[in-house]
Amino acid sequence: MFMEPTLRRAGMAAAAALMLTAAPAALLAETPADTLVIADAIDDIVSLDPHEAYEFSGLDVVNNVYDGLIELDPSQPTGPQPGLAESWSVSEDGMTFTFKMKSGITFSSGNPVTAADAAFSLQRAVKINKSPAFILNQFGWTAENVEQMVTAEGDTVTLKTDKAYAPTFLYNCLTAGVASVVDMKVVMEHDANGDMGNEWLKTNSAGTGAYILRSYKPNEGYILQAREGHWRGDAPMKSVFMRHVPEAATQRLLLEKGDIDIARELTPVDIEGITGNADLKIQKDVGGQIFYLSFNQKNELYKNQKFLEAMRYAIDYKGLAETVLKGSMVPHQAFLPNGYLGALEDTPFSFDVEKAKAALAESGVTDPKIVMDVRNATDRMEMAQSIQNTFGQVGITVELNIGEGAEQLKRYRARQHDATLQSWGPDYPDPQTNAGSFAWNDNNADDAGTGTLAWRNAYDPGPLNDLTAAAVMERDGEKRAAMYRDLQEQHRTTSPFIVMFQIGYNSAMRSNVNAFYTGGAIDSAAYWLVTK
Amino acid sequence: MTPVSAPASAAPPASSPWPARLRGLLGTLFSLAATLLGLMFVTFIIGRVVPIDPVLAIVGERATEAQIAAVRADLGLDLPLWQQFFIFVGNALQGDLGTSIRTGEPVLEAVSRAFPATLELATLATIFGVIAGVPAGVLAATRPGTLADHIVRLVGLMGYSMPVFWLGLIGLLLFYGILDWVGGPGRLDAMFEMQFQFEVTPYTGMILLDTALAGKWDMFANALSHIILPAALLGYVSMAYISRMTRSFMMNELSQEYITTARVKGMPEWRVIWVHAMRNVLVPLITVIALSYAYLLEGSVLTETIFAWPGLGSYITDALMVNDMPAVLGGTIVVGVAFVTLNLLSDLLYKLVDPRAR
Repeated sequence: MFMEPTLRRAGMAAAAALMLTAAPAALLAETPADTLVIADAIDDIVSLDPHEAYEFSGLDVVNNVYDGLIELDPSQPTGPQPGLAESWSVSEDGMTFTFKMKSGITFSSGNPVTAADAAFSLQRAVKINKSPAFILNQFGWTAENVEQMVTAEGDTVTLKTDKAYAPTFLYNCLTAGVASVVDMKVVMEHDANGDMGNEWLKTNSAGTGAYILRSYKPNEGYILQAREGHWRGDAPMKSVFMRHVPEAATQRLLLEKGDIDIARELTPVDIEGITGNADLKIQKDVGGQIFYLSFNQKNELYKNQKFLEAMRYAIDYKGLAETVLKGSMVPHQAFLPNGYLGALEDTPFSFDVEKAKAALAESGVTDPKIVMDVRNATDRMEMAQSIQNTFGQVGITVELNIGEGAEQLKRYRARQHDATLQSWGPDYPDPQTNAGSFAWNDNNADDAGTGTLAWRNAYDPGPLNDLTAAAVMERDGEKRAAMYRDLQEQHRTTSPFIVMFQIGYNSAMRSNVNAFYTGGAIDSAAYWLVTK
Repeated sequence: MTPVSAPASAAPPASSPWPARLRGLLGTLFSLAATLLGLMFVTFIIGRVVPIDPVLAIVGERATEAQIAAVRADLGLDLPLWQQFFIFVGNALQGDLGTSIRTGEPVLEAVSRAFPATLELATLATIFGVIAGVPAGVLAATRPGTLADHIVRLVGLMGYSMPVFWLGLIGLLLFYGILDWVGGPGRLDAMFEMQFQFEVTPYTGMILLDTALAGKWDMFANALSHIILPAALLGYVSMAYISRMTRSFMMNELSQEYITTARVKGMPEWRVIWVHAMRNVLVPLITVIALSYAYLLEGSVLTETIFAWPGLGSYITDALMVNDMPAVLGGTIVVGVAFVTLNLLSDLLYKLVDPRAR
């Protein structure tokens, strides 16, 4: 050895001391039986005020801390269920909705839930006018008139709308986080400069949900504590601890070691790596985000239906999903994600070079060249490269214009792109959210500035405008679903949009974790049913 | 001959240190202020010239032109650049670093939470780096060309050249995943972290100190088990730099005549090295250590990401990714202040170890 004997002894002693201190503490590491520990990237949270939260991670918290008049069943989020209201009805003219409140429910403060709280909450959401307020503004509610449109009397809440919208449209929107009921008394006690308690509610809670927000530190995590004697029954998990762990490999290691119960951001490679581990299981699900190609019809080339058809057959949907995307996305070919009312689950287009070549020949377009805007994210670039390759096989040259996301969005919003690879997430759990953007453009002028996706691509949907407008007013739920199916059938064969994929969720968890629901495409995660 | 006497109005004796010290102090303060102002200016300009619209990042892609214009006016982004800069500096001087676009949280609040996490990690890492790096450098310098020298240099080279994220992942896999010697990513285990939030007052924001102050020794041990691996990893990188520089400084000193004289006089070798040579080596070494410490205080982004360490590096980087300029600017100012403070401290330390600098 080259070390002085004294140094060597000191070094060994130090190493031994470190191990003695560190090892026993490390061995303690396992999650307590009544606590659910989740790792996710939660840096998207802007606010935990239910009338402001509009990001995935924030809405997960809202879903567990608040309730609405009507809700979705987390285990099967297909249609509205009673929440704080036990029953509801709509008037003959379709413009007045009444909700009868359940009795005996209290907020976490102990205050009883009243119809006045429910009316106040909807009024507050409109008045503070944060990002998700537009979901409620659609019914003709404004800061000026909402006190007349939303009223409470006894145990009944009455909602008036400016038009006779489809009842399902209103019900679906009432299941969104922005329609959560807050404790009027507690919230107004924290009013500061007329903000109706917004600043306070960003990091505190005043709801009826199964959990109370105990602590939230941006970019670090949050802690939820279960309420005792909750009206739905006590949640098996007394605490939920969400840790912000941005790195997927780190999440995987924590999960494998049992330091967390659920990892929500694993990459396809990590999912592959843990497949076969008996201590873990993977729950597959789909989210609401869809990925699509769109073409700016200011370029006459993209009005050629045969050329659009050629491109629809020139994408290797299945190959991309299985190889590059490895289950992080699933093929999907219509603008409503699976899970939505009227969604189309079939995938009529597949990679077929001959068919695509034939359509291209029929189109009369020779040596076409496309400039495609792509965000500089790995999955997007891989997708774009595959499309560039398969389009090339058909005889369509694609030049990729790779750039930063916000910059590309600016070009897209200004109708400056030629073609673009984009994603879109629905805003609320009703088909109008996507129909109103993909298939609605009533003024195709440059200065119209309506901002819908159809407008951004200078696409005039023609008769689809009317179909979209009619579907949102259809009072029969079944008929309404059929209208959306028809709308999408026409849209996917005539519009300059090629919807390719719907995002897949791969939640990895310890094998003893059960009944964890991510909310799929239309709802948020539910923790109150989880057992382990 | 008449003796010449000094004029009555002669300047005070040159040996009086006060005016010179005052000048020195004023000069230092001026240069500190200029450095910080320059830093703010450069960061501000970079934030404004990038071709990304921060407003779009806030309002999202559904917003109308009117909403975009309203938010732009709210943030003061419609004002001329110079006006925006002066407002920013004015607010910063009053301790207001603005509000994060991404989280809506005051930047000062977020940075005061992130900085102690980084400070704790960087301090421990630097202690590791010095404890291992200085003796290793001395060992290599006193035995040049031997196996010991080669090993020190090889270990140093590895510290320089191996990507820190790779080392981090391998370290986690081995010491946490397989051997179970250390705690995993994060500053505490889930159970302790929940207890910490409700039972410990975060006086300093540094978990080791706060848990020790609260007498929560089980929590302290758990925190130590979590910090030891990232600190050792960063300490290793720091050690690589410190050992190489120590070796070089020490070899230079050992070739000086006063060392030969000391040896000829029969002074014990340890005293020649650790007392005589080391006192001179310390002067440049302080700069090296201060620089290495300052580098770690910027927050090692990759290490923080891998170890889910909520420090300043990941805070600034995450903010940068979404063009959250108030957060980037706030974080950069804190890093700048840390740099400048360390510079000042190393200047003071010079004066302590080198009488010529006094």
